[in-house]
Amino acid sequence: MPSYILEMRDITKTFPGVKALSNVNLKVEEGEIHAICGENGAGKSTLMKVLSGVYPAGDYEGQIVYRDQECHFRGIHDSEEKGIVIIHQELALVPMLSIAENIFLGNEHAKFGVIDWGANEKRTRDLLKKVGLREDPKTLITNIGTGKQQLVEIAKALSKEVELLILDEPTASLSEKDSQALLDLLLEFKRQGITSIIISHKLNEINRVADHVTVIRDGRTIETLDRSEISEDRIITSMVGRSLEDRYPPRDPKIGEVYFEVKNWSVYHPLHADRQVIKNISMNVRKGEVVGIAGLMGAGRTEFAMSLFGRSYGRKITGEVELHGKPVDVSTVGKAVKRGLAYVTEDRKVFGLNLIEDIKNNITIANLKGVSRNGVINDLRELDVANEYRSKTNIRSPSVYQKAGNLSGGNQQKVVLSKWLFANPEVLILDEPTRGIDVGAKYEIYTIIARLAAEGRAIIVISSEMPEILGISDRIYVMNEGAIVGEMAASDASQEKIMRAIVRGEGKAA
Amino acid sequence: MSTDTAPNPQTGVAQDIPTGTRVPVSSFVSNLREYGLILALIAIMVFFQLTTGTLFKPVNLSNLVQQNSFIIVMALGMLLVIVSGHIDLSVGSVAGFIGALAAMMMVIWPLGGFFANPLVVAILCLIVGGAIGAAQGYWIAYHRIPSFIVTLAGMLVFRGLCQGLLGGGSSVGPLPDSFKALSSGFLPEILGTWVLIPPTVNAAGKTIFGSGVTLNLTTVVLGIIAVLAFAISGVRSRRTREKHGYEAEPFGLFVAKTIVISALALFFVYQFAVYRGFPIVLVVMGILVAFFVFITRHTTIGRRVYAMGGNIKAAQLSGIKTERLTLLVFINMGVLSALGGLIIAARLGQAVPAAGLGSELDVIAAVFIGGASAMGGVGQVISTVVGGFIMGVMNNGMSIMGVNVDWQQVVKGLVLLGAVVFDVYNKNKG
Repeated sequence: MPSYILEMRDITKTFPGVKALSNVNLKVEEGEIHAICGENGAGKSTLMKVLSGVYPAGDYEGQIVYRDQECHFRGIHDSEEKGIVIIHQELALVPMLSIAENIFLGNEHAKFGVIDWGANEKRTRDLLKKVGLREDPKTLITNIGTGKQQLVEIAKALSKEVELLILDEPTASLSEKDSQALLDLLLEFKRQGITSIIISHKLNEINRVADHVTVIRDGRTIETLDRSEISEDRIITSMVGRSLEDRYPPRDPKIGEVYFEVKNWSVYHPLHADRQVIKNISMNVRKGEVVGIAGLMGAGRTEFAMSLFGRSYGRKITGEVELHGKPVDVSTVGKAVKRGLAYVTEDRKVFGLNLIEDIKNNITIANLKGVSRNGVINDLRELDVANEYRSKTNIRSPSVYQKAGNLSGGNQQKVVLSKWLFANPEVLILDEPTRGIDVGAKYEIYTIIARLAAEGRAIIVISSEMPEILGISDRIYVMNEGAIVGEMAASDASQEKIMRAIVRGEGKAA
Repeated sequence: MSTDTAPNPQTGVAQDIPTGTRVPVSSFVSNLREYGLILALIAIMVFFQLTTGTLFKPVNLSNLVQQNSFIIVMALGMLLVIVSGHIDLSVGSVAGFIGALAAMMMVIWPLGGFFANPLVVAILCLIVGGAIGAAQGYWIAYHRIPSFIVTLAGMLVFRGLCQGLLGGGSSVGPLPDSFKALSSGFLPEILGTWVLIPPTVNAAGKTIFGSGVTLNLTTVVLGIIAVLAFAISGVRSRRTREKHGYEAEPFGLFVAKTIVISALALFFVYQFAVYRGFPIVLVVMGILVAFFVFITRHTTIGRRVYAMGGNIKAAQLSGIKTERLTLLVFINMGVLSALGGLIIAARLGQAVPAAGLGSELDVIAAVFIGGASAMGGVGQVISTVVGGFIMGVMNNGMSIMGVNVDWQQVVKGLVLLGAVVFDVYNKNKG
């Protein structure tokens, strides 16, 4: 009989109009790594918020039993006191404070309110060593990358004497390398007796570290899989409620002449004037073609795309953009949109959506001309358009009046896509189009991409997930350190080949 | 969920998700806050009517409008400033400066003839106001200096210029009557008056029957036309919605709403008609309110302002020229501050160094009581107007009650805080 550190029994949580969780059960063994899987909006994060007291006791039904004791957490403070620490998907660090200040924020070593910086820094050094982060405790958070920030969050959790560590999609925005390091760290913690719960979409990672997997679908526990039962296919089947033979929709590419071409594109960093971020890139996309840009985090792909799109990134931009062999001016976003370019951002919440507006207003904002005459919006036409794209991209919401901020990640992504589809672009740049969204929604987005290509549009897909790049592209460029280091037809590309191109490129740049 | 164009290979997923019940989004629910605010205004008015007995008197209603119109005019501009994520602290000073400028042009400077004509002066002053707005907006939009700082500077600069222009502490006047009509005038009577119930006088000369109320016909006719237009446009937009297959709010609710609003409007029309008709400034304000409702709800430029305030980065990446739009918002604010300044001067009959002093706070308060978000992206014209009137009615009512000015400030401050706390509480609950 295994001993359980945590049991959540028949948890039911209702929001106005929606039952987010119904009778969810979760049993976590002492000292294991327990993964929670489920599509976006399945209720994983809600469950963790119930556990950590973000939704206080009384706000939900059911029991939380922690170390054989029924708990009624009234806030994060209560749960942290018991050693339950949650690290959210969106990191909760203060960018302009140092690592040490962040780790002990609200918990400083202080006497009568006067902070003992020496003690704080010493403790911080110890903690940073434990998580394998070699940085000065005085370094500002804003000056370290997301991967390192994640480690700071974990160090912060350790400082609170954590017994049960909960990570909500910890690797969603990490590079392959950082993700590996993080998972290794979790395994190390496991040896030290810290129990972890990890929420993740990345099934290969779960496969690697998890002892048990609990699958949640539509706010219900579907099943808990044992180590021996864990396989990607098994999890997917359980998550979507049926088996998923093909993760990518079938395509019959009809590739036309070169439509979009970039020549000798160079960009410098917006703040450090002498740092060249994009180095002399030339590339092209044909009509009806899906071109993938592979590379590691920080290879400069997003910077390249944004600098192309109305010079939204960087300065001292040189190079030429041609459509149909003719140079065109895309120096402002407005001009780029007019020439038929669209850029679907990797960060939908920051760059893609107005979260406090409804779906309708978000869909039409990039092409208000399409629903107005002489600057006056035709309300009914706008409503028609919004509804048309809502059903075209299969946005799940009661109506187009739903606020974008209340949608799940996959549906938000579809709203951003709809916005750009309504602008009717000829060249569509999709930056990490499926980041942080579930398997089902991914498939829908691939389907939309395939359809757009079939309509003869030129499509560029930037993705850090190599299987995705390989699965949907016709041709692949490999980028590293701001330069193109490889080009290959998808038919003879493989993960190894892409990695080799990156590594060789790294050798060249050094 | 119709998916006639979308390939739908995964029916299992596609129909799984919408858990729970669907919440019908009627316009009533989404506008609940607006109605609540109007009800609050009515409650406050009834309260003062009961305690003072004079609030609803025709002469007092005219005063109320004339005293508060400049706040509401400036609040219309401030709404857009706040929705776009900024603030303007300079409006009171700009208003004072423009009032001084207008007075100097009409009274002191020997401009003569054309350039001393009140209408020409007013137009020039509005242009100067726009230029002031542009000058401040330029730093905010193109150099990204926080609006709080730029307009704080403007607040000092234009108060100083206002006092300097008037030559120290003196006031300049009297202003021509035709200029003063902007604030204290009434619409000219074209149709004549009409005695509602002719009084029957007995032998002793006492009225024994009939009120002897005379109605200002022009006002009555204009009022009825406005109410009819409101009702008809409501019915028409309902019809087009239904024709396009979209559900409208329940018919009963629509009828009730239209009748209540029309009845209220007609009540006020009657009150104005028995006095001297519509104040000119009310008409100016009404036209501006209608104009800005239209701008914010039905135009691309209005939509872009909201988009910019909601998420400026996303707006830029959607092709919105946020710099130019910010500049435009501040130019608009400048013009409306100038108009506010003209209204203040016209009401006082002279320009004084303290004109508009502190009014920026009333203007900003009106916008926030009206439910705008300090973060930008949220706020409605009608709510702002109601917010302005809530402040105005409280000023007026408490003055009639004889509440000390100090305590008036305290009450107004608490009302502002209460309104915003109520908003935030509701948002967290929802």
